[in-house]
Amino acid sequence: MHIERRAEVSRVAQLAAPFGAIAFTLLASSLLVAWAGAPVGQAYALLIEGGFGTLFAWSETLTRAIPLILTGLAATVAFKARLFNIGAEGQLYAGALAAVAVGGLHGGSGFALTPWLLFPLMMLAAALAGALLLLGPALLKSRLGVDEVVTTLLLNFIVLLFVSMMLDGVMKDPTAMGWPQSVVLQDGLQLERLIPRTRLHTGLLWALVLAVLLWALFKHTTTGFEIRAVGANARAAAFAGMPVGWVTVKVALLSGALAGLAGAIEVAGRAGYVTLDMSPGYGYTGIVIAMLAALHPLGVVAAAVFVAGILVGADSMSRAVNVPTYIADVIVSVSLLAMLVATMLAQYRLRWR
Amino acid sequence: MIGETLELLFSVPFWVAVLRIATPLILGTLGVLLCERAGVLNLGIEGIMVAGAFTGWLTVYQGGGLWAGVAVAAGTGAALGLLHGFLTVTLSLSQHVSGLGLTLFATSVASYAYRVSFPKVDSPPTIEPFADMAWLPLPVLNAQTPLTLLALALVPLIGYLLYRTPAGLAVRTVGENPAAAEGQGIDVAAVRIASVAAGSALMGVAGAFLTLAAFNAFYFNMVNGRGWVCVALVVFASWRPGKALLGALLFGVFDALQLRLQQSGGSLFGVDVAYQFYLMLPYVLSIAALVVMARRAAYPQALMKPYRKGER
Repeated sequence: MHIERRAEVSRVAQLAAPFGAIAFTLLASSLLVAWAGAPVGQAYALLIEGGFGTLFAWSETLTRAIPLILTGLAATVAFKARLFNIGAEGQLYAGALAAVAVGGLHGGSGFALTPWLLFPLMMLAAALAGALLLLGPALLKSRLGVDEVVTTLLLNFIVLLFVSMMLDGVMKDPTAMGWPQSVVLQDGLQLERLIPRTRLHTGLLWALVLAVLLWALFKHTTTGFEIRAVGANARAAAFAGMPVGWVTVKVALLSGALAGLAGAIEVAGRAGYVTLDMSPGYGYTGIVIAMLAALHPLGVVAAAVFVAGILVGADSMSRAVNVPTYIADVIVSVSLLAMLVATMLAQYRLRWR
Repeated sequence: MIGETLELLFSVPFWVAVLRIATPLILGTLGVLLCERAGVLNLGIEGIMVAGAFTGWLTVYQGGGLWAGVAVAAGTGAALGLLHGFLTVTLSLSQHVSGLGLTLFATSVASYAYRVSFPKVDSPPTIEPFADMAWLPLPVLNAQTPLTLLALALVPLIGYLLYRTPAGLAVRTVGENPAAAEGQGIDVAAVRIASVAAGSALMGVAGAFLTLAAFNAFYFNMVNGRGWVCVALVVFASWRPGKALLGALLFGVFDALQLRLQQSGGSLFGVDVAYQFYLMLPYVLSIAALVVMARRAAYPQALMKPYRKGER
C-alpha cells in the first residue's frame, strides 16, 4: 500500500476534506459516548447546545477561545518555519508569572505606576518571558542541532515546577488560605468585560488583532516571506541568501511572545492571579488548532472557536448525561489525526500495490 | 555532604531505587531506539505509555494474570504503533505532528476509558502487583520485579538482533539509506512499520511497569514526561542499546539522588531548597545530556524522512 500524487487535485475534494474529517471524528467519538451508556443523539445535542446554543454558551466558548487563539498562533508561526515549538504550555505559564511579577501587589503594594504605563509593561514582560524561554531551544537547534521538540517539551515540566516553587515562595498570596496561588494584579490592570455579566473579556480583541497582524506579516512582509521560505526548504533559503539562523531566532521570539501573551491575557482577563491549573493544556491544544487551521492565522481563529466550543459543550454535556469530560480531549485529538489524513487524501490517492 | 553521598552510592537500597527508576526508561528508550533506527520518530511514546499502563492494569484488575497484563500492554502499544506507522510511513505525514497527535489521542482515550469504567472512586482501585524476585541470589536484583530482569535482558537481545541478524541489518539500512535497502529487495515500508510496532510494544510495556510493578493503581499523570525523557536518552545513547542502558541507569542515579536529598530535609550545602527544585533536576539533566551529546550525535540518516518508491 502506498500513496501517489493525484494528477489533478479537485477543488471539491479539498473543501470536502475538513468536513469529512469532522464527520469521521463525530462518528468515532459517538462509539465512545455509546459505550459510556449515554444516548448518542442527545449527548451531541447537549454538547452543541452547551457550546454554541445560547448567548451565555457563546460567551463561555469565546472566553475559552482567547488563550487557544494565541497559543494556536504561537504554534502557527513556529511550525510555518519548521521550528517545532511544543513548549507553548510552559511559555504561557512563564508569561502569566511575569505578568503577575510586574503587575501584582507584592506585600500589599506593587510598582507605583499609573495603569496606563504599567499595563503595557506587564504585557511586554509576559511577551519577553515567553520569547526568551523559546530562544534557548531555538539557539540550541540552530547552533548545535539539538532537537527542539524534546527540549521544549522538557522545559514545560521545568517551568511548571518553577511556577509551583514561586507560588509556594516569593509570589505566594498570603491571604489564599494555603491554596497555591499567586498574588493578585493591581486594580486597573484587569481586562474589561466585553459583555456584562459574562466572563468574556477584551482579551478577545487582542487575540483577533494579533491574528490579523500575523496574517498580514505572512502575506505582505519580507519577514513573512522569509519565514515561509525557511519552512519550505531551509537549504534553498540559505542558498538564496536568507539568514536562516536569524529567521529562526525571529520566529522563536515571535512564537514564544504570543504564548507568553496568552498567559498574561488569561491572568488579566480571568482570575487576576496565577494558579497551577490555570491552563488545562492550552499550549498543547494550540498545536492541534494550528494544524486544524492548516497554519493559516485567520483559520486559527475559526479552529480555536470550534475547539473551545467542544471543550465548553463537553463540560455541560458530561454533567447532564454522565459522560466523562475527557470526551472533549478525544474529539479534539481524533479531529487532528482525521484532518491530517483527510488533507493528505485530498492531494494523494491510496494505491494497494 | 560528600562523604554521605559516597556512602549512599555504595548502599544497596540506593541501587534498588536506581534500577526501579531506570526500568521503564530502559524499556521506553529501547522502544524509541527501534523506531528511530528504522527512520521514524515516535513522539507517541508518552501517550503509548499511558495507554499501556492503563490496559495492562485493567487486564489484571479484571482477573487476568500479571503477564497477561504485560502482553495486553504490549499489544496496545503495537496497535498504536501500527497507527503511527500507517500515518507516517504509508501516508508520509509529518512524524512530529502525527506523534503528538497519537500522544493526545492515546492519553485522552485511556483517561476516558478509566473514567467510564470507574465513574466515581475516591481512591483509585488497586491490584496485587508483581512481587520482588526474592529467590534470586543477587543483592540488588532480588529486590526487583521480573519486569526489570526482562528490561535488562532485552538490551543485549536487541543489540544482537540489530547488529548480528539480517532483520537487524534491514532495520538499520532502512533508517540510514532506504533507497539502498530498496535495491537490496527490502520492502522499506513494511520494515519501518514493523519496527515502529515493535518499538511501540516496548513503550506499552514500559507504561505497564508503572501500574503493575512500581505502583499498584492507575493515576492520570503517572507517566509524567518519562516518555519525553526516553526520546532524549536515545540521542544521549547515540542510538545504541548498551549506551541506552547506561543512560537510563545514569538518569536513575541522579533521580534517586534528588529523591534522597529531598527526603533528607531539602537543604543543599546548608541552603534550604524547595522540593520543586529537586523535581526539576531530572528534566534539566535530560536537556543537558542532549546538549552535551549534540555534536557527537550520529542521527540515523533517514530519520524523519519519508520514503516513496521511485521518488528522490
